[in-house]
Amino acid sequence: MKGSTASELRSDKQEPTHPQHTIRTILHSLREYRKASLLTPAFVFLESVLEIVIPTIMASLIDQGVSGRSMPAIFKFGLILLACSAVSLVSGFMSGRYAAIASSGLAKNLRSDLFAKVQSFSFTNIDRFSTGSIITRLTTDVTNLQNAYQMVIRVGVRAPIMVIVAWIFSFRISRPISMVFLIAIPILGFGLIGLSLLVHPIFERVFHTYDHLNNVVDENLQGIRVVKSYNREDHEERKFDGISLAIYRAFCKAERIMSLNPALLNFCIYASLLVISWMGASQIVASGNNASLGLTTGDLTALVTYAIQIMMAMNMVSMIVVMVVISQASAERICQVLDEASTVHDPANPVMEVADGSISFRDVTFRYSDRSERPVLNHIDLDIPSGSTLGIVGGTGSSKSSLVQLIPRLYDVTEGSLQVGGVDVRQYDLAVLRDQVAMVLQKNVLFSGTIAENLRWGNPQASDEELVHACTLAQADGFVNEFPDGYQTHLDQGGTNLSGGQRQRLCIARALLKKPNILILDDSTSAVDTKTDRLIRQAFSQEIPDTTKIIISQRVASVEDADMIVVLEEGRILDRGAHQDLLRTCREYRSIYESQTRNRGKEDEDHE
Amino acid sequence: MSDESFKDRKPRLDRAAPGTTRRLLGYLMAYRWQLVVIVVCIIISAGAQAASAFFLQPLIDHYILPLVGATDPDWGPLMRTLILMGCLYAVGTFCSWFWNWLIVKVEQGTLKTIRDQMFAHQQELPIGFFDTHEHGDTMSRYTNDTDTLRQAISQSFPQMVSSVLSALAALISMLWLSIPFTVLTLVFSAVLIVVVRVLVTRSGRYFVHQQRYLGQVNAFVEEAVNGQKVIKVFNHEDATAKVFEARNEELFHASAQANTYGNVTMPVVGNMGYLLYVILAIVGGLAGIAGMRNAGLTGAGPLTLGTIVSLLTLSRSFINPIGQVSMQFNMVMMALAGASRIFDLMDQPAESDHGTVSLVSVELASDGRTMTPVDHETGHWAWKRDVNDDGRRSLEAAMKLPGEARDVALKAKDQAITSPDGRYTLLQGDVRFTDVSFGYDPKKPVLHDITWFAKPGQKVALVGATGAGKTTITNLINRFYDIQQGQILYDGIDVRNIRKPDLRRSLGIVLQDVNLFTGTVLDNIRYGRLDATDQECMEAARMTNADGFIRMLPQGYQTVLEGDGSGLSQGQRQLISIARAAVADPPAMILDEATSSIDTRTEEVVQQGMDALMRGRTVFVIAHRLSTVRNSDVIMVLDHGRIIERGNHDELIAKHGEYYQLYTGALELE
Repeated sequence: MKGSTASELRSDKQEPTHPQHTIRTILHSLREYRKASLLTPAFVFLESVLEIVIPTIMASLIDQGVSGRSMPAIFKFGLILLACSAVSLVSGFMSGRYAAIASSGLAKNLRSDLFAKVQSFSFTNIDRFSTGSIITRLTTDVTNLQNAYQMVIRVGVRAPIMVIVAWIFSFRISRPISMVFLIAIPILGFGLIGLSLLVHPIFERVFHTYDHLNNVVDENLQGIRVVKSYNREDHEERKFDGISLAIYRAFCKAERIMSLNPALLNFCIYASLLVISWMGASQIVASGNNASLGLTTGDLTALVTYAIQIMMAMNMVSMIVVMVVISQASAERICQVLDEASTVHDPANPVMEVADGSISFRDVTFRYSDRSERPVLNHIDLDIPSGSTLGIVGGTGSSKSSLVQLIPRLYDVTEGSLQVGGVDVRQYDLAVLRDQVAMVLQKNVLFSGTIAENLRWGNPQASDEELVHACTLAQADGFVNEFPDGYQTHLDQGGTNLSGGQRQRLCIARALLKKPNILILDDSTSAVDTKTDRLIRQAFSQEIPDTTKIIISQRVASVEDADMIVVLEEGRILDRGAHQDLLRTCREYRSIYESQTRNRGKEDEDHE
Repeated sequence: MSDESFKDRKPRLDRAAPGTTRRLLGYLMAYRWQLVVIVVCIIISAGAQAASAFFLQPLIDHYILPLVGATDPDWGPLMRTLILMGCLYAVGTFCSWFWNWLIVKVEQGTLKTIRDQMFAHQQELPIGFFDTHEHGDTMSRYTNDTDTLRQAISQSFPQMVSSVLSALAALISMLWLSIPFTVLTLVFSAVLIVVVRVLVTRSGRYFVHQQRYLGQVNAFVEEAVNGQKVIKVFNHEDATAKVFEARNEELFHASAQANTYGNVTMPVVGNMGYLLYVILAIVGGLAGIAGMRNAGLTGAGPLTLGTIVSLLTLSRSFINPIGQVSMQFNMVMMALAGASRIFDLMDQPAESDHGTVSLVSVELASDGRTMTPVDHETGHWAWKRDVNDDGRRSLEAAMKLPGEARDVALKAKDQAITSPDGRYTLLQGDVRFTDVSFGYDPKKPVLHDITWFAKPGQKVALVGATGAGKTTITNLINRFYDIQQGQILYDGIDVRNIRKPDLRRSLGIVLQDVNLFTGTVLDNIRYGRLDATDQECMEAARMTNADGFIRMLPQGYQTVLEGDGSGLSQGQRQLISIARAAVADPPAMILDEATSSIDTRTEEVVQQGMDALMRGRTVFVIAHRLSTVRNSDVIMVLDHGRIIERGNHDELIAKHGEYYQLYTGALELE
């Protein structure tokens, strides 16, 4: 895979381990489709048996009916044949139906399990898989597995039955000649295994490249405005072509190796046929074509028929092998997700109630990865009484967001402890904790759906009045009502049809609907004008006085009324105190303040 | 992400779009020589296979039986025949490998072409497409839908070729033996085909559903993974899972149905084959006993037993391949379902661009008017008109405009610096909106008849309440969207007459929502100008104050960013995106809340850097932050798409109007 730039990017990344017990893990997801999975081979068995029986009836029909010029015999065997065929049709139908249900069902359960697993992931887990790779695993990989599974339960039963029955028949005719098959089949088998071992790593790589493809397409779709404003269409195409080419090359390589497969099969059939013909000829000559002495020409004809049957069955086996080889790589990738243990666990006896909105950081140190040297947060000690308002200011990259993301346990502290309501956050039931902590993130994510649906994320039972109330507090009601469809306005892909400030206010309203003990605003009013910002804060202090409020902001004006303001610098608390105190004591704070109030104009100061 | 909106997405289209097959074949035709060789090889290997079934009887009759009872059997002829057969087999084996080997290129090459074309087309789609189509669903077309073609081309196509050949061979053999029986078989086949068609149509319909639901599952996963933080913060895992299950269930249903119809086709055909067998046996038996006459291509004669037996055997050889073909049909239906989704994306109308005016770097002569285009940066850019356009064209167009628009156009034209021959107009960043109306949905306008202008070389701030249409305005200047009414002039030129790539090159844009790409920090900065050296990228980073934190990253500028730079803070991501714009060194720039997450002191440094870079060039700034806009040359306060105040910071503060309120947070007394 020369020239695959993308695959090298991730080389330093900690890859998920090779899973063990792949088959067991996958079959674990069968559940209610176990029955269908068992019925399929049962019906296939019936079908195969009939497939062997029907030719003998046909032979009788010809021998006794047509050749014997007996219409009753023709009708008799004709009826038997039709009866058998009816049974065969029914079993064929049933096996087809059950195979479809079993395989689609397995796929459904796998997707469902994968999705549930991904949902339970902490961000540390998610960082190990890219978005693109999670998507590939949930769709493409599962589809591969579904196809292979269907093939295995249908043909995987039929082919061995055909081989064994045909071999037994040939064994009864001539032991030495049946031995030819015993040599040919293993040669074919080993050949197939050898080929699949060769291509397996290539397919692993192919799907890895699929992840990159998904990532590139996803980034392109999300960043299309950047692409277009920098005229980078050609650059994107080149990037895509590189990955597309990598997939092309890997697939070509794998499939060219697999193209030896039909050749090997043909070789085995033809070689067996020639050997059988030669051995058969000498035995016939030796026996004088006398049935009582040995092999006859009729026997030879039958043997050749069996040979072709065996090889046809082996052909099916080889087709299965190809699918299984492809799906094996997929199965392993699925298992990597299923086997991944979430790094955030619910405790054994979780605390189910959050007493109040008090928060205290006790000597908290935090790193995003165990391997990073410099901690993001360095020995933080901080007490926030319930119902108070905390303001956090600090330069870009001073770990303000990291600090608050620890509170709803989006990440776990590395050292020290973080208590909410007097209890370590790790002792809470995760859902209980997060229900009491509402957080408005810096990146305002809304989902496809109406405005009302997005707001109800905060509280599914919220009445229309509550929605309006929350939006009024967040100063969003005004603009929502200006939309022709009001609260029923449909948001396109992540709310691209809203302005940044509108999205922020909807996100605040969504958080308010949770009626939390703790409300965290992570620079959530950056795109909102000062006037609106003030109105929002005013609404907070009037409407939710008992809620602990943490406000991260670049604007001093947004935090100056806070009970306490913390100044962060490079993961440490530089200073803390009320606005007036900090202006006196903290040079850093004062300079931030001054940088924002300078040039305000004389009138302004007069006014104040 | 809700049940209601999910129901709206019920499939409307139930089958693959017409013409899909022909289009697909068009792609395969790029490999017509390979295909010819492949078909020839298939015929040869099928021939070898057929020979293996038929060579036995002559072998026994002519080479084995004569040896029986011979005292000194001569094995030579038998040996020679077997060696001859061996050679035929060798050729057959070789051919079967060779076409399997050849088809890999045809198959993978076609997939690659389709993928690449699809992506290239995606780059040309208008922004509106990306706003209204779920990303995950589009992604599914590159993977799940393209994948359906893989098996169809590499397996179904050759299978169908060889099966059709076998069926034809059997039919001709039957015709040879008996015309009436062949007709009977054909009549029966007609019935068979009707049945198969019913099954295949159904499976096809469900495959279309399957691919669509797969796309929706893909879309849902994409949205859920990208919004995972919000899901967790709101404890929304269960609710999300519920919606996912609904989509998953739909996919299961479609897939189970599609595969059921696919799976039962073969048993149905096979068992109908037995029915044919019995019918032929009965008719043949009756006819044979009655001593009816028979007519074949070889001539007429009595119907012999041997003929009937051969006909029966041939009827099997005829039906079996038909079963094979019909089984392959399902793969083909699935591929068509995938292909029609791919073609659907490719058929989305591309962004139109009828612009003829392009952007060039020029050397400005001392008279301040004469411009000579050069191929290096000079700090001066000019709009270059078509060869046969000396600027009169737009003048004529302007004269036709109604009232105010004409005046504005003429005035803009007057103020533009145009070369004596009229072919070049100096890029100054003079932007004028006249009576512009626009709505993302034309039925719901968000901007009504707005009129405003920006003087060249100024730093122009657009401020106003959220939703006043500030971002929309900038999206119209660089034609992410096209206006429905009115005119936008850029240095006196209607923006619609400027080639889009040149228009966008002239206008750097930094958006509030930062999008970074997988790659190193350096690569991300270089995205602004692909031929920038490492040194230039770092220089840009230094100027925009991004250098400091980048050097603190584990591998500095070589740190690999993944997942949209998720390891960085929002402010750091904004710094990178500003550095990216700085390295592009555009003649004019739009900063749309570009520094909203950057602390004010860092911002000051960023601003100083940008001011130095953009000295004398027009810069549009959209911000809510006082510190961002106050040093602008002119501040325009927008309200509902109208300019209600205009002036510099001091003037507006003195005015105690809307601006004063917005930026002091002062509240009106109720």
